[in-house]
Amino acid sequence: MLRKKGFVNKVTIHVLLIIGALLSVFPLYWMFVMATQPNHVINKLPPAVVPGDKLVENFRNVLENVDFFGAMWNSFVVASLTTLGVLFFSSLAGFAFAKLQFKGREKLFAVILITMMIPPQLGLIPQYFIITKLGWLNDLKAIIIPGLVNAFGIFWMRQYIKDAIPDELIEAAKIDGCSIFRVYWNIVVPSILPAFATLGILTFMFVWNDFLWPLTVLRDESSYTIQIAIRALQDAYVKDYGMILSGTFWATLPLVVVFLMFNKLFISSLTQGSVKQ
Amino acid sequence: MVSHNHTNATVRPKGLSDKKKTALAGYLFISPFFLLFAIFGAFPMLFSFYLAFQKWNGFGEMTFVGVKNFSLIFTDPLFWKSIYNTIVIGLLGTGPQLIAALILAVALNSAMVKFKSVFRVAYFVPNVTSIVAVAIVFTVLFSEQEAGLVNATLSLFGISPVSWQTSEWGAKIAIATMIFWRWVGYNSIIFLAGLQSIPKDLYEAAEIDGAKKWQQFLFITVPMLKPIIVFVVFTATIGSLQIFAEPLIFGSGFREESMTIVLYLWREAFSNNAFGTASATAVSLFLLIIVFTTINFFASNRLDKSGK
Repeated sequence: MLRKKGFVNKVTIHVLLIIGALLSVFPLYWMFVMATQPNHVINKLPPAVVPGDKLVENFRNVLENVDFFGAMWNSFVVASLTTLGVLFFSSLAGFAFAKLQFKGREKLFAVILITMMIPPQLGLIPQYFIITKLGWLNDLKAIIIPGLVNAFGIFWMRQYIKDAIPDELIEAAKIDGCSIFRVYWNIVVPSILPAFATLGILTFMFVWNDFLWPLTVLRDESSYTIQIAIRALQDAYVKDYGMILSGTFWATLPLVVVFLMFNKLFISSLTQGSVKQ
Repeated sequence: MVSHNHTNATVRPKGLSDKKKTALAGYLFISPFFLLFAIFGAFPMLFSFYLAFQKWNGFGEMTFVGVKNFSLIFTDPLFWKSIYNTIVIGLLGTGPQLIAALILAVALNSAMVKFKSVFRVAYFVPNVTSIVAVAIVFTVLFSEQEAGLVNATLSLFGISPVSWQTSEWGAKIAIATMIFWRWVGYNSIIFLAGLQSIPKDLYEAAEIDGAKKWQQFLFITVPMLKPIIVFVVFTATIGSLQIFAEPLIFGSGFREESMTIVLYLWREAFSNNAFGTASATAVSLFLLIIVFTTINFFASNRLDKSGK
């Protein structure tokens, strides 16, 4: 009797989880299906649920409409450089806040925490005009330079460095005659590689998927990131859904593949960021 | 371990004590943030408050108009509609989502589940998909055509086709579904982390006392998860107030049914060239976020007190 009840429970839980997993994966699968179908299939009943034969043709149409690989490259450049900058400046500042004594340290750190709570849209319009004044419209610099520093990154690095590196180690290195930047470079950097991985994934994903700011300052096709490029596909007057979803699918695939390869690291990085705050 | 280096001589200004050098390095290391934030963060935010009281088309002279921008948007029905839409979409997208996330987390946490890591990956994958891609895919899923996948599925249950993009509730439900889909797995994994940190002996003790499963859930699981639930609700609220990409892409522009506050702001600025009213909208959004954060804060405090 008891065993039977346990079995029923087990089946119910598994059915629930499997339905959830299917619903979770289905839109991605279906994106692929549509990327392989001709446009008229969208009006066909019953709807297509298996791949068709237009995989190559649809993608060729994408290439005719937008500079797909150029946009991918732009996204890659923007996300990589921003991530490198965030890792460097955040760990440097995080080290200062965690281990160096200076006047006003706690107050300045509190200022950084407060800036995290202000919605980014508040400054959107003046930001746009600053970028215009600097002549950075349609220039990837408009995304990279303001993104180089990030309050959350500093907060995150400070917490990590505080616990990861004993004060004695830093003092000993200083007595040895190390400059403070050398302490950072030779002692701090090698001991915070896991924190780099976490913050790096968070930043890269955020920049890669960002939409509002690139949409505002990248108006010229040659400067489009991939998100703006696929939005441009969808915004065209004549809608070829096979083509639109082909672009969307190929734009989504790289990050999903990287995620599947390093899923443990991704999941822990992306959730740690919020659980530990 | 660490080699002495001739660059020390250049890095160390003569005559400075060790303490001063450390302080100087500290200021130097944190200065990039404050420098860039001053230019691209603080100044624009403060300037928004100034611009909210000016009339400006982006090219000519700014003219001071007092509170006229605010009275303009406050008398615009679409502004209020956008706030209403934002709140409704936010509630539809996060309320059911958090409950579903909690149920999934409890199911995943059960000892008898096999292939846990496969489920985790499947639930998480929507979150690495960009909002733009999600919005495009769901635009096609929620096509207004009879043959749209959602409409076709509904017709199996005898429900007639819904005009998802152009009806008041259709648009909101479709956009809320996108938010639901992209975040439910993410939040369930956060809840799962919380569940795993609850000590097992609490449940064992309750079991001995004869507590049923649902009682254990209500009186052990939920209270122990409270800090995480509060945090998730906080972030979901702030995120909901900033919804932009989904309605822009789904509604193919600026439809009334799916107009949100940030979309209204963006339209005022970059479609209507009315940068004064757009800034007034930005300031209003800022105040709205403060109000909602305060409400959340007091609500969670009260929960804390009543729980004890």
